[in-house]
Amino acid sequence: MPKPTSDIPILEDRKAQVHTKGAAPFKLACEKHSVAGAVSQRACVFCGSRVVLYPIADALHLIHGPVGCAAYTWDIRGAASSGPQLHRMSFSTDLREKDVIYGGENKCEAALVELIGRYQPKAAFVYATCIVGLIGDDLDAVCRRAGERTGVDVIPVHSEGFAGSKKDGYSAACRAIDALVGTSPEPKPGLGAPPSINILGDFNIAGETWVIRDYYERMGIDVIATITGDGRVDDIRRAHHAQLNVVQCSGSMKGLARLMKEKYDIPFTHVSYFGLEDMSRALYEVADHFNDPDMKARTAALVRDEIGAVMPELRKYRDALAGKRAAVYTGGAFKAFSLVRSLRTLGVKTVIAGSQTGSPQDYQKLEALCDEGAVLLDDTNPLELAKFIDQTGADLLIGGVKERPIAYKLGVAFCDHNHERKECLAGYAGMVNFAREVHHSVCSPVWRLTPRGCRTAAPDASPPVRPLRRAAVRRPAPRPALRTTPLTIGAKEVAV
Amino acid sequence: MTLLRHTPAEETARREALTVNPAKTCQPIGAMYAALGIHRCLPHSHGSQGCCAYHRSTLSRHYKEPAMAGTSSFTEGSSVFGGQSNLLAAIENIFTLYDPDVIAVHTTCLSETIGDDIPQIAEAAADKGLIPEGKRVIHCNTPSYVGAHTTGFSNMTKAMVDYFAEAKADEKAAGRVNLIPGWVEPADIAELKRLVALMGLDCITFPDTSGVLDAPLTGAHEMYPGGGTTVDELTAAGDSAHTIALGPICSGAAAKALQAKCNVPQTTLPLPIGLHATDRFVMKLREFNGGHVPAEIAAERGRLLDLITDMHQYFYGKTAALWGDPDQLVSLSELLMSVDMLPKYVVTGTPGKKFIKRMGEVLGDRAHDCRVEQGSCADMFMMHQWIKADPAKVDLLIGNTYGKYIARDEDIPFVRHGFPILDRIGHQHMPTVGYRGAIRLLEQILNAFLDRQDRDAPEASFELTM
Repeated sequence: MPKPTSDIPILEDRKAQVHTKGAAPFKLACEKHSVAGAVSQRACVFCGSRVVLYPIADALHLIHGPVGCAAYTWDIRGAASSGPQLHRMSFSTDLREKDVIYGGENKCEAALVELIGRYQPKAAFVYATCIVGLIGDDLDAVCRRAGERTGVDVIPVHSEGFAGSKKDGYSAACRAIDALVGTSPEPKPGLGAPPSINILGDFNIAGETWVIRDYYERMGIDVIATITGDGRVDDIRRAHHAQLNVVQCSGSMKGLARLMKEKYDIPFTHVSYFGLEDMSRALYEVADHFNDPDMKARTAALVRDEIGAVMPELRKYRDALAGKRAAVYTGGAFKAFSLVRSLRTLGVKTVIAGSQTGSPQDYQKLEALCDEGAVLLDDTNPLELAKFIDQTGADLLIGGVKERPIAYKLGVAFCDHNHERKECLAGYAGMVNFAREVHHSVCSPVWRLTPRGCRTAAPDASPPVRPLRRAAVRRPAPRPALRTTPLTIGAKEVAV
Repeated sequence: MTLLRHTPAEETARREALTVNPAKTCQPIGAMYAALGIHRCLPHSHGSQGCCAYHRSTLSRHYKEPAMAGTSSFTEGSSVFGGQSNLLAAIENIFTLYDPDVIAVHTTCLSETIGDDIPQIAEAAADKGLIPEGKRVIHCNTPSYVGAHTTGFSNMTKAMVDYFAEAKADEKAAGRVNLIPGWVEPADIAELKRLVALMGLDCITFPDTSGVLDAPLTGAHEMYPGGGTTVDELTAAGDSAHTIALGPICSGAAAKALQAKCNVPQTTLPLPIGLHATDRFVMKLREFNGGHVPAEIAAERGRLLDLITDMHQYFYGKTAALWGDPDQLVSLSELLMSVDMLPKYVVTGTPGKKFIKRMGEVLGDRAHDCRVEQGSCADMFMMHQWIKADPAKVDLLIGNTYGKYIARDEDIPFVRHGFPILDRIGHQHMPTVGYRGAIRLLEQILNAFLDRQDRDAPEASFELTM
């Protein structure tokens, strides 16, 4: 029987954003603005736009605002590029007090002209930050002027931090990309062109786009543009030549796919590349779309070979992990689905699942996917997360940078499935990497040193050691009674 | 494809409108870090949600610790009508759920430009009964388009004085000093407190992030780890005999405010990084303990000197490029000069009038061999250009993690120091202040040189003993 969640303090306004499966009929409030004062793990509109556009490697990314917004997003995402590295520089107009008073337009334009002159990028994105929205700089006009002066497309990104949530930042990024789509001078390939797709919503963290691209190419599909992982401006310009948009990641690229459906009548399909099931489903779905028997056969062979290659190692990890419990807290909810399934493949049960930006449909699906008793959380905070981890006895937390130290402080294993992941986690090989990371953290002996580890693992982990018997035992003289203080960890005495 | 070779060697015309690869960040993160040095305090970012998320992430990456802070979560509506209702709701929610002793509000570019009046909002919160008995809401103004992260730290530190310090007693407490350590690591603060204790003095240290951002693992998520200066201590700071402020940029304003408000005399010293700066610190403390320096401190100094003389031939004539915060850079430069190294290139993004003058004093007659820049365009790009254009380059880089691009591109040994350090550990645990801290720093510098020598030595001159 699922435990009620009432003994965990939750802000009155947030109570509807927490649900325990089986405790009541499913209902979870979401897509709400964060409660002021909650230590939310969410970020802002600018953050949403910045992470989405960031991997376009041959574009210039200028952040129009005070220096912080540029400083905190300097090379922040391990989005790999096979060529230019311009996206890893940090460019800021560094607005100062006098700019706030007199306006920052001239500064922005001068910066653009200088940077475009120096780097000759294929295009430039200019991000509006909070302050730009407030002081009323006409960013569109600045971009137009800079574009005219340099001959390079300069695209404003309306990502004022306060103007919505991270999701709105995704939309702003989609509109910016949309400004480039369809601007290629190349003629559209005629009938009889090979099947072609765009990969949307994969950001090439640790080279994941490359893995996915390789699968599609082996299926006989032409990948026109990868948006935005290892992205290139010219590819985006001709992205409207593709016959299908394959969209990963629930929030970030849906908007672009919709825009391209409206404008160019390109259909789109939602996929995920995490876990064996979802990865295979993605490839099959794309093959089904093109409805070519040869391609279907190639796809089936690819899936068979890849799964066959990784299963022996996965089985090894599953044996070690079976029965463990996981908490999953992601940015978008779509990733959470895949994680729940992947964890199930490894014999791990998801006891907490949540996201920063999930939609009602997302959570409905997530609830259906989870086991009885699982706690669902929308826009949670460290306090709730820590308490639910304690209550559910989770052995593992999957999340991002702000969640990592929370897990470790609790003595719980952690896997980064966010910007800071160092291993490719997508595709079949990615599933093995994921399993390895989860295994290495969950089964690490370090948790035996922590109080939680002591609590759960001590009884059977170390069988009582029988002392060697000696012929005659000389008793030591009784010690004088001292007021002793034990060696403690937390409130617990350390057993040596 | 080479990594990040986007810095041309030829110097561009003086940039006016552009910062590339900044050697600073914005004020609010400094205010957040300082506020975490108050016991049971929840910093609060009055602005958009992203600011708070970025600051917490950066602090978490640097310390490998949870960094707790609330945000007013501004919306389009707040940007039009002001953030008062957000802050009121935040104050109520925070005290209800997180129960801190203090909420330390800092502003952002957004709330500053809107013109939110934080004291007035806090007063409204008090009138509505949203602030429980004995709890406090303090604030400082940290518009992101003024100063830098260092000035944000300074502003919040000064706010601690403005809100809490009181001159209550008839006489100042003899044998008790206030220590304002500036923006240093928790381990540094612990080391400074140890030195003051060894000198036999009582001490109120603020802000004090030791025990907060280097909290031990206890198996529990602690919203407020044990460390930090208590409100009572901050109040009592007004009755201390003297204030020692370390680093004029980060600590000077608070010390002066305390002098003006509570008549506590103050001395602002450079950060005690290196032999001479630590000497000055110890000698200043000696004025308040009856002129005594314990043998333990003298021995620590002796060990530092011993290391310097043992290894001095590896230091002399070496050049370094430094970037970071003014208070650190002045003292680091002095340390390097004291072992016959030259801080050839120095940049800081923090504006401020006295930095160049202070650097000039430290560099003395070698000043003409060095380039020192500060302000908006004094960034890592400029630093990289200088090094690229210099055939002799430099022998060593000292600064935060963002130097790793230059280190890789130019193949120069690199010692990490400052904020943020995102890719190494040690800074949380090992102090670089005091005599022992100087030993640690020189050890890191020496090891960098010796590793390089081992790497590059031809086999015939590859030496076992160095």
